[in-house]
Amino acid sequence: MSDSKVTAHLDGIISDFEGSEVNPSHSNMSAPPHPQPPAKGASHGTGDFSYVGIDAILEQMRRKAMKQGFELNIMIVGQSGLGKSTLMNTLFKSKVSRKSVVSNPEERIPKTIEIKSISHDIEEKGVRMKLTVIDTPGFGDHINNENCWQPIMKFINDQYEQYLQEEINIDRKKRIPDSRVHCCMYFIPPTGHCLRPLDVEFMSRLSKVVNIVPVIAKADTLTLEERDFFKQTIREGLRANGIDVYPQKEFDEDADDRMINDKIREMIPFAVVGSDQEYQVNGKRLLGRKTKWGTIEVENIAHCEFAYLRDLLIRTHMQNIKDITSSIHYEVYRVRRLNETNAQPNGQPPNTLVNPQQANGAAAQHQVLTHEM
Amino acid sequence: MDAIMLQEKLVERLLCPRVRTSRQKEKQYVGFATLPNQVHRKSVKKGFDFTLMVAGESGMGKSTLVNSLFLTDLYKDRKLLNAEERINQTVEIIKHTVDIEEKGVKLKLTIVDTPGFGDAVNNNECWKPITDYIDQQFEQYFRDESGLNRKNIQDNRVHCCLYFIPPFGHGLRPVDVEFMKALHEKVNVVPLIAKADCLTPSEIKKLKDRVRDEIERFGIKVYQFPECDSDEDEEFKQLDKELKECCPFAVIGSNTVVEARGQRVRGRLYPWGIVEVENQSHCDFVKLRNILIRSHMHDLKDVTCDMHYENYRAQCIQDMTSKLTQDNRMESPIPMLPLPTPDVETDRLIKMKDEELARMQEMLNKMQQQIHDGKDQ
Repeated sequence: MSDSKVTAHLDGIISDFEGSEVNPSHSNMSAPPHPQPPAKGASHGTGDFSYVGIDAILEQMRRKAMKQGFELNIMIVGQSGLGKSTLMNTLFKSKVSRKSVVSNPEERIPKTIEIKSISHDIEEKGVRMKLTVIDTPGFGDHINNENCWQPIMKFINDQYEQYLQEEINIDRKKRIPDSRVHCCMYFIPPTGHCLRPLDVEFMSRLSKVVNIVPVIAKADTLTLEERDFFKQTIREGLRANGIDVYPQKEFDEDADDRMINDKIREMIPFAVVGSDQEYQVNGKRLLGRKTKWGTIEVENIAHCEFAYLRDLLIRTHMQNIKDITSSIHYEVYRVRRLNETNAQPNGQPPNTLVNPQQANGAAAQHQVLTHEM
Repeated sequence: MDAIMLQEKLVERLLCPRVRTSRQKEKQYVGFATLPNQVHRKSVKKGFDFTLMVAGESGMGKSTLVNSLFLTDLYKDRKLLNAEERINQTVEIIKHTVDIEEKGVKLKLTIVDTPGFGDAVNNNECWKPITDYIDQQFEQYFRDESGLNRKNIQDNRVHCCLYFIPPFGHGLRPVDVEFMKALHEKVNVVPLIAKADCLTPSEIKKLKDRVRDEIERFGIKVYQFPECDSDEDEEFKQLDKELKECCPFAVIGSNTVVEARGQRVRGRLYPWGIVEVENQSHCDFVKLRNILIRSHMHDLKDVTCDMHYENYRAQCIQDMTSKLTQDNRMESPIPMLPLPTPDVETDRLIKMKDEELARMQEMLNKMQQQIHDGKDQ
């Protein structure tokens, strides 16, 4: 595997932090330069006695986060040919999908559903992120698709299990590697009618264990009226089947959150079009798809909702997605697991769950290709 | 290529002596060259019928395409099922019949729809209701044909099946392959790439090549356009060649009329442009319509009658005779179907004829004997 340094633009990932300018460093492994200490004291003018300096903690957190880097694990699920890999490439503006990495991507449908994850380290403005894209080829492609969600459920639960094992270890690592699936993007084919039975089955089961973000794939086949109608029927279908997709109503923290999330809930599922090819439109080079009747611009909100999806996933709600995964979904799993072992007749204390030899590195269940930094 | 216009032209040429060459002028004009004209007039009076089946997953634009092809609105009162109702849906067969008339020619068009195909989680054998329906129509025709009153046989056999391949995949999916293999020997299968407006021209080409390869690889016998005669003009041959290379057709349908380039056309309005259904550079809809209606409708019917139905009939008779020999019964070779008219009458007629034959045979023998005796004496 050759070293490939992937640079991406992740504006806004640090929008929560007040940032001073950091030079984007393109060299490997260089620590971001120390920012100047904020001259906050000066801005408060007279009365230095009233300024304690608590807000400097934000800066400290920021520095730490920059050093540590972030992790994000996204799973993409949908029938073959819905543009999943292309959308991933478009989202992160670099070739992060499985197909771009494997030299000769076979387009055959695998007999059983496989779970393939690829990790990339990407950097923007000094912020490093380890992005893992988990692909599920074979989902929904067969004649008989019963139980095709089982391998996926198993994988997600295994990641929780792995984290749990590490957590209840006596001698555990300072920073537990987080391989839990933070977000599952489910691709709905643009039929224009309503959710299919397969969609309903999958989403109703998985919305309980992971954050699901449904998207309408290849939305350039729907006119605007068809798109609105389709979205409405999908929302009704989700409501009727009790499927709670991200952002879940019950996890809204306060009124502000609710307002923002309500606006998002009015728009899901996002109708997206992906492309990794650039075309010249009005003198600018834009990502798009060129057809005989016009060019579809991916980032134009009048054309498709890709920009909203990107903002949600990356610019505004990424941290929230991770928080919900760790504080809610994972906790549910953990409680269930610990109760199971507590309910054992011989009443072993939970600590003996873990075989000390298995402490470090539970068996890896997915193939990880990590690009060296 | 308006077939009717062509025929009219032909008749005109034949009837008009001015166009003949000098050599032909000497020949006496008999007049049977007007036969095509007579056939034409009779058929126009009788009217034509055509049964078209559309199959494919829901949401592929089948009903929209049918409406665009025949400029009708067959599905006005259709109520689409929502997700919950679909979970327990089985594949149904629904028929819509409409009478269309154009320039005095009447067409009774029957559209056989297959809602529910391929929509379930488990689609094992989801094509069985469809193959059963086609076989049922063949059986019905077989009985009618073997019956005594053949004047008003209704031909409900399916003449053509349009199969909609989703444009989202990378070629044929397992369910597509299985369906086409189950049907290719019963009906003329014409594969189409549905909703082609989500593909760029290069993607369409790639997908078509892929589908063509897979069709060949899996041995699926889709409907083949007949070879054109060697005496057709070059232009016709060129068109025919283009048509064959275009298979499977990438189609777009539309129920709405939009304003494009100053004209009102059937199309789809997007924020980035307008797709015109009848624009040859946008999609193959025009080619499909020409094939289906303007040039090959009769050929489709012929192939159904001559090939698919005959195969069914031969198979049926073979099954029956093998059953007979198995059961060791010596019955008449007439098919063992319960005939629509009462058996008693048929049996009586047959018995009468048999007796007559036997009597005649006896008389013949007697006469031969007499002659023989006479010779001896």
